[in-house]
Amino acid sequence: MLTQALFRALDKKAIWVIAIFLAVAVLVPMANLLIPPGQYGHVPTYLVSLMGKYLAYAILALALDLVWGYCGILSLGHGAFFALGGYAMGMYLMRQIGSRGVYGNPVLPDFMVFLNYSELPWFWLGMDNFWFAMLMVVFVPGLLAFVFGFFAFRSRVTGVYLSIITQAMTFALLLAFFRNDMGFGGNNGLTDFKDILGVSVQAQSTRATLFAATAIALALSVLVCSMIVNSKLGKVMIAVRDAESRTRFLGYRVEYVKLFAFTVSAIMAGIAGALYVPQVGIINPSEFDPANSIEVVIWTAVGGRGTLIGPIIGAIVVNLGKSWFTTTLPELWLFALGALFVFTTLFLPKGIVGLWHQAWGRMRRKTEHAERPAPPTPAQSADIERGEDPASFGHEAQPKPAE
Amino acid sequence: MSAHTDTMLYLDGVSVAFDGFKAINNLAIIVKPAEMLAIIGPNGAGKTTMMDIITGKTRPDTGQVLFDGRTDLTRLDEAAIANLGIGRKFQKPTVFESQTVWDNLEMALKKPRGIFSTLFYTASDDDVARITEILETVRLIARKDELAANLSHGQKQWLEIGMLLAQDPKLLLVDEPVAGMTDSETEETAKLLREISQTRSVVVVEHDMSFVRELGSRVVCLAEGSVLAEGSLDQVSANPVVIERYLGR
Ligand SMILES: Nc1ncnc2c1ncn2[C@@H]1O[C@H](COP(=O)(O)OP(=O)(O)O)[C@@H](O)[C@H]1O
Ligand SMILES: [Mg+2]
Repeated sequence: MLTQALFRALDKKAIWVIAIFLAVAVLVPMANLLIPPGQYGHVPTYLVSLMGKYLAYAILALALDLVWGYCGILSLGHGAFFALGGYAMGMYLMRQIGSRGVYGNPVLPDFMVFLNYSELPWFWLGMDNFWFAMLMVVFVPGLLAFVFGFFAFRSRVTGVYLSIITQAMTFALLLAFFRNDMGFGGNNGLTDFKDILGVSVQAQSTRATLFAATAIALALSVLVCSMIVNSKLGKVMIAVRDAESRTRFLGYRVEYVKLFAFTVSAIMAGIAGALYVPQVGIINPSEFDPANSIEVVIWTAVGGRGTLIGPIIGAIVVNLGKSWFTTTLPELWLFALGALFVFTTLFLPKGIVGLWHQAWGRMRRKTEHAERPAPPTPAQSADIERGEDPASFGHEAQPKPAE
Repeated sequence: MSAHTDTMLYLDGVSVAFDGFKAINNLAIIVKPAEMLAIIGPNGAGKTTMMDIITGKTRPDTGQVLFDGRTDLTRLDEAAIANLGIGRKFQKPTVFESQTVWDNLEMALKKPRGIFSTLFYTASDDDVARITEILETVRLIARKDELAANLSHGQKQWLEIGMLLAQDPKLLLVDEPVAGMTDSETEETAKLLREISQTRSVVVVEHDMSFVRELGSRVVCLAEGSVLAEGSLDQVSANPVVIERYLGR
């Protein structure tokens, strides 16, 4: 059962994407650690962390695409799940500081001493244990998504209304985390991290390891998403996206289909946040900013939603652009981002991946015409159209014989 | 006991109003097991609304809607009703356009509908054989790998009928199945529906009188949300009220 699902997930394209990121997970740290600085091929440590950050964003974009591109749920609050995962990791890292803080309190983080806390709030208990903290990375975003989705999807909140309440959710969390008395460090957030699993977070080898972990997590996310979208449940998700009501009349519980996708997606976003925080060295309430969640939507749209590779490409390309703009023309970045989104919506509805498919399909058609002047048979044109259709990456149109 | 034992579908005293407009007005209809019923009537008579009520899309204001003589359909939602064994073909053919003909049927195929059984589903030999058989019945075997969007209007109608067959329901509600079909396709559809009604209950809504004649079933004429006349097609079409309010127009 599970092996068959895995087998289905590893279609031609997915296996390539997974292989590429696993290779990246090994090669980039090697280029950083084994090739000495100054020599050709050396990747400086700051660049390793920067790329690690992009890959964490790529996981977040992939998570959004699972609900938006495949299931039609336009979440404008995915940044909240990312930030919650990040906070869980941040809490673990804070507790590792121990007595090395400015106030030297062995248990309480500095901001708590400053705010005259006498003991740890209950929700900080256990967060000094790595595995418990990692459980929270998965559990907290997952639970929030489950509860939120349960009520929203059961009440059949869809479309723009759903997008608005997801924005409201992340905005509410933004305000809550800004408050000092919430116990999450207020507007300064959590920072000045020292150790992770007993080694310094600043160390070159730790940074290389965190990068590798992020690349592996991305590869696993692609595997999980591929397994879902290539299953019958994936087809039902697309059915929900395209004709929700019709799916109900086939007997599928649309609310549970959405709830499943939303919860899995939130967990992925939480993991992305947890990998992001030690690489950037800080988590603060601005991560809940509604604008952040909208940016994720833009990455996904630019790369190509409803494909697995699209959001990954989109997240990396747009953030490369952002890094360039914010160093050379910082005041223009938001205009550029807005223009990019408008341009994509108007001219590239299927994003970069759609453009690629189009160009590729055209090229193939041309060579076919050159070789054989006869018009393509219906079966062949169906083939071409399938090649062009990026609706689901690695989507297998052939009926599957019993595997 | 009461009138509704030994019925597949039992509607009594059903009314529904939209903003004060009574789309269905004290409607009573009975369909027996393995019986076909054809429903005719002018546009706006409430035929589609009646199907909406049976399938859980619209809640009636008053009245009784029973399935299989005992299950109260007014308390259930669309998915629960579909899983009881009520399949519906919509007036406007609605298939999943961005997916292949095969996938449309695979999703419709009667199988556990839970999240995890759907996630880990793998088509068995029986499933493949069954889908292939349905594809042959609805004459789409040559187009099984094409996107449903590329089918003609008539073929989409057939695909939706195929999806109904795949669901293996006890009661089929078929709303205007032959719109957009050629004469020979229409004839085939009538034949297929007659065959299905050997073992299941079928309710067909249609305007095409020659098609209704071919069905050879009991006929109900609906107007303004209630039953105007009932009987064989000849009886109904000879009814002076029906002639005045429907056929004569
Ligand atoms: N959801 C709705 N809201 C308001 N009016 C409706 C709704 N559904 C149907 N109606 C009205 O009810 C009447 C019956 O429609 P319908 O059942 O589609 O008729 P038929 O299928 O017999 O042509 C029409 O006048 C239609 O406008
Ligand atoms: Mg109608």
